[in-house]
Amino acid sequence: MSLRRTPLYDRHVELGARIVEFAGFEMPVQYSGLKEEHERVRSAVGLFDVSHMGEIRVRGPKALEAVEWLCSNHNAPLEVGQAQYNVMCNEAGGVVDDLVVYRMGEEDFILCVNAANRDKDFAWVVKHGSRDGAEITDEGDDWAQIAVQGPKAQATLAKLTDVDLASIATYRFARGTVAGVADCIVARTGYTGEDGFEVFAPAQAAVMVWDALLDAGEEFGVLPIGLGARDTLRLEVRYCLYGHELDDETSPLQAGLGWITKLEHDFLGADAVRARKGKATHRLAGLVIEGKRIAREGMSIVHEGEVVGHVTSGTRSPSLGIGIALAYVRSDLARIGTELTIDVRGREATARVVKGPFYTRQEA
Amino acid sequence: MNFPEGLLYSEHDEWVKVDGDVLTLGISDYAQDALGELVHVELPDVGDEIAAGEAVCEVESVKAVAEVYSPVDGEIIAVNEDLDGEEETINTDPYGAGWLVKIRFTDASQLEGMLSVEAYRKKVDEA
Repeated sequence: MSLRRTPLYDRHVELGARIVEFAGFEMPVQYSGLKEEHERVRSAVGLFDVSHMGEIRVRGPKALEAVEWLCSNHNAPLEVGQAQYNVMCNEAGGVVDDLVVYRMGEEDFILCVNAANRDKDFAWVVKHGSRDGAEITDEGDDWAQIAVQGPKAQATLAKLTDVDLASIATYRFARGTVAGVADCIVARTGYTGEDGFEVFAPAQAAVMVWDALLDAGEEFGVLPIGLGARDTLRLEVRYCLYGHELDDETSPLQAGLGWITKLEHDFLGADAVRARKGKATHRLAGLVIEGKRIAREGMSIVHEGEVVGHVTSGTRSPSLGIGIALAYVRSDLARIGTELTIDVRGREATARVVKGPFYTRQEA
Repeated sequence: MNFPEGLLYSEHDEWVKVDGDVLTLGISDYAQDALGELVHVELPDVGDEIAAGEAVCEVESVKAVAEVYSPVDGEIIAVNEDLDGEEETINTDPYGAGWLVKIRFTDASQLEGMLSVEAYRKKVDEA
């Protein structure tokens, strides 16, 4: 199987990126260095190529009905120009994918899905969302997606667009011209915990938008950011990553996503999620690790000599300088303050269950 | 990339500097670059007995961890405690202040399989 490339692949190589395989794509994992990239997003602005993500278009008189059935977060109240975080569940109450739903028009939605799940999701949406009058199209290759994230994101993007960025609230978006490219979607969304935008541009115009953003951000010290820092940034703010915290077996409630799972409404899988509610043997917990050892995915969590869970993501937080991790832990031990032990390749590290995100944005 | 003369290199990107029956062990410029900024080093204890091919320490960056192997049987006689909190020294000076451990060894023939600087550079170029 040959690997796919985004329209910006050549730019990544020219910028000196180290390229790795991710979700079937050849993607930049880092350019100048993970820590520098991470810190630049927190302190100024960074640019991410996220064109590998998928876009599924759902249109027509039955589009809303289809999206409401597929997604967990009760999309009907969404206004045109509004975006919302969701999961799609399967019949067993596991998670098919987590995604952002963009309401483009009264009868027009874009579902932005994970790169690793593009084909699975499209098949799923076609199978379970098809209704007379719901037209479902895979637009994954039509769109490039560039995330501009950090406290200087708005100042950077404002130099290139006629869209009034200040009027776009969090999880809202507008259509407009960016760097001379018409019909882009400019959304105040992201995966870093910082203020910022995600720009969807026609794939053939990706290079123009990317180059213009790098130029526009130069005065603020903009850097291109690889997947390495994308992962540490999202982990610090405790965002789930499919394949790590979420999968086809895990219920969204176990993963702490009850806030986007509106069980008072009916959607595909809701019955199973309701039936499983309160019965999960393991729940997702945030852990802070004492000392310098670093928890990594797959490591065992031990309590009184017994394995009680596994790490799903872990790193040294570049912003905080401490070890942090997400882990599925036996439900009775997932309470805030519980002390647990992580088996770090045969050595012990003491961890404590903590509440909420590890890092919170510094307000300007 | 910098690969100094006078050192021996391993297939796993360690370097050793031999001085009598003591060798100093570290990771190569190539290895530190591949790992990225180091944030943690798990060092052995002075006095630990180790066997050739065994992991003697771990070096860890934000994104990856690597084990560092000993090419010889021997005893740990020193560990670089200055790296504590200053792990990035390994990135900036991998062959100097970024050394990891010193090992007293008994069987010099165990070093015969190691790579010369020319052979190591060739391996890196082909990687």
